[in-house]
Amino acid sequence: MNNMIVSVNPHIYAKDTTQTIMRDVLIALFPAVIASIVFFGVRALLVEVVCVAVAMACEWAFEKITHKPITVMDLSAAVTGLILALNLPAGIPIWQAMFGSFVAIIVVKQFFGGIGQNFANPAITARVIMLVAFSGAMTTWVPAAFSNAPADAVTAATPLAILGAGGTEGLPTLAQMFLGARGGSMGETSCLALLLGGLYLIYRKVISWHTPVAFIGTVLVLTALLGQQPLYQVMAGGLFLGAIFMATDYTTSPPTPAGKLIFGVGCGLITVLIRVWGNYPEGVSFSILLMNILNPYICEWTKTKPFGGVQA
Amino acid sequence: MKNNKLKILTNGIIKENPILVLILGTCPFLAVTTQASNAIGMGAAVTFVLLCSNVMISLLRKVISDKVRIPCYIVVIASFVTLVQMIVKAYLPALDVALGLYLPLIVVNCIILGRAEMFANKNNPLDSALDAIGMGVGYTLAMLAMASIREIFGAGTWFGMAVPVLKDNNISIMTMAPGGFAIFGILIAIINKASNGKAIKKKDFSCEGCPSAAVCNGQNCAEKREAAAK
Repeated sequence: MNNMIVSVNPHIYAKDTTQTIMRDVLIALFPAVIASIVFFGVRALLVEVVCVAVAMACEWAFEKITHKPITVMDLSAAVTGLILALNLPAGIPIWQAMFGSFVAIIVVKQFFGGIGQNFANPAITARVIMLVAFSGAMTTWVPAAFSNAPADAVTAATPLAILGAGGTEGLPTLAQMFLGARGGSMGETSCLALLLGGLYLIYRKVISWHTPVAFIGTVLVLTALLGQQPLYQVMAGGLFLGAIFMATDYTTSPPTPAGKLIFGVGCGLITVLIRVWGNYPEGVSFSILLMNILNPYICEWTKTKPFGGVQA
Repeated sequence: MKNNKLKILTNGIIKENPILVLILGTCPFLAVTTQASNAIGMGAAVTFVLLCSNVMISLLRKVISDKVRIPCYIVVIASFVTLVQMIVKAYLPALDVALGLYLPLIVVNCIILGRAEMFANKNNPLDSALDAIGMGVGYTLAMLAMASIREIFGAGTWFGMAVPVLKDNNISIMTMAPGGFAIFGILIAIINKASNGKAIKKKDFSCEGCPSAAVCNGQNCAEKREAAAK
C-alpha cells in the first residue's frame, strides 16, 4: 500500500520518493532557517532543533509502540517539525514547542493513520492549537535584529498588529519587510528567504506555481480593492511561509491545477476576511486549516475526466 | 448466583462503562469536566438519581404498560431529579452554580433512561439497584479521570489545589471544548486498547439497526466479516 503513488494521469514513473521530496523541502527551508538565526539569534536555532528532534522522536516512538513500519527516515516528520518551528515566535518556551511538535505528529498525523492520511496539515494544526492553548506566549514577539524597534525593547508588535490597531508608528519600511527585519514568527519574516526556497521547489518540480500564486495574488487583489496597502499586506504575517510551504502540502491540497487554483483563492479569501474584519490580526494559518477541511470537496469537483471516458 | 450479582455490579465500571464504552450521557460529560470537584458532584447526583429511578422502575415494571413506558420513566426520573436539585440548591449552592443547567438536564440523561429501558424493566429491584450502583460508579470514575486530566493540565490545579510547576505552565486549551473532545477520544481509545476491543460486544455484523444500512448495502459488514475471519 505504501508503494502506491496516486496522481493525476497520465502516470509516468519518476525517481522521486517521499524522502527525496522531503529533502528538497528541507533544502528549500534552509534560507528561512538562516534568516531566522540572523534576525532572532541562536534561540531561533534552538527552537528549530528541538521541534525537529521531538517530531522525529514522536514519529519513531508511536510507530514502534503500534508496530507500524518506521517512517522516520522519509524525513516528513523533520519537515513538519521545522515548518512548525518557523511558525513560532523565537521566544516560545521550549516545553511549549515540544508540546506543539507532539501534537503535530501524534494527534494530527499518526492518530489519523500516518503519512498521507492526515486530514489537515500537521504543522498548521499544531500552530493553531498552540495559538489557542498558549495565546500569551504565541503572540509575544521578540524584536528582530536590524528592525526599527527601540534597542531596549523586550517585545515587538507585528506589522499586522500595528495596522490592526490603526497605528502607523513603528511600521517597518517595505525593504525591511522584504528582508525580514520585523516582528513576527521566526521563519515568516524574511520574504526574500522564503521566495528563494519557493523558487527552488518550483524549479525542482516539488510544488507547482498554482497554489502560491493564487493565494498571494488573491490577497494582493482583495486588499487593494478593500483600500488596504496591498504590498504591505502581502509581505506581512505568515503569507509567504503559508502559501509556499504549507498550502502546497501534498496530502491536504488538491492534485489538479484547477483544484490548486481554487484552493489558493480560497486561502487568500479567508486570510483577507480574517485580517480585515476578524478579531485576529493574522489569518493565514486559519485559512489553510479551513481549506484543508474543504480539500476532499475540491478534489471531487476538479476530478479529471479520463480521456474518452463517459460521464457516469 | 452470588457471582452473578457481583458481575452485575462490576459490569458498569469497565466492561460496559456508560461513558467510555456505551458512549451515553456525553453532553454533561464534556461540559462539566473542567474541574474535578464538579465531576464528583455530578457523578454523585447522577448515581443517586440512577439508583432511585432504577429501583422504582423495577418495582413498577409489571404495572407500567409497554405502550406508555417512556413517559412513565420520564415522570419517575424527573421526580428524583427535582429532589436532587432542591437538595443541592439548599445545601451546596456553590455546586449548584458550577453545574448550572446540567443538573436539571439529568432528566434527559441517556444513561438513566438507557438503564431503565435496558435493565430495570426486565430485572428485579435488587439487581437493578446493583446495576445502578455499578453504572453510577463507572460514570463517576470516568468523569473524575477526564476532569482530573483537564483540570491538572488545563488549569494547573486539582480539586482547586495548585499543582506545582503546572500551575504556571498550563495548557489552557485542555479546559476548552476542543481539548475536551480530544481527551474524550483518547480515553475511549485507551479503554478499547486495554480491554483488547472486547469492551464493545462482538455483534454479528448485520444491517438491522445500523443507521447506514440503506447507503452501504451490507458492503461494510462484508469487509468486516472477512477481516474478523482472518
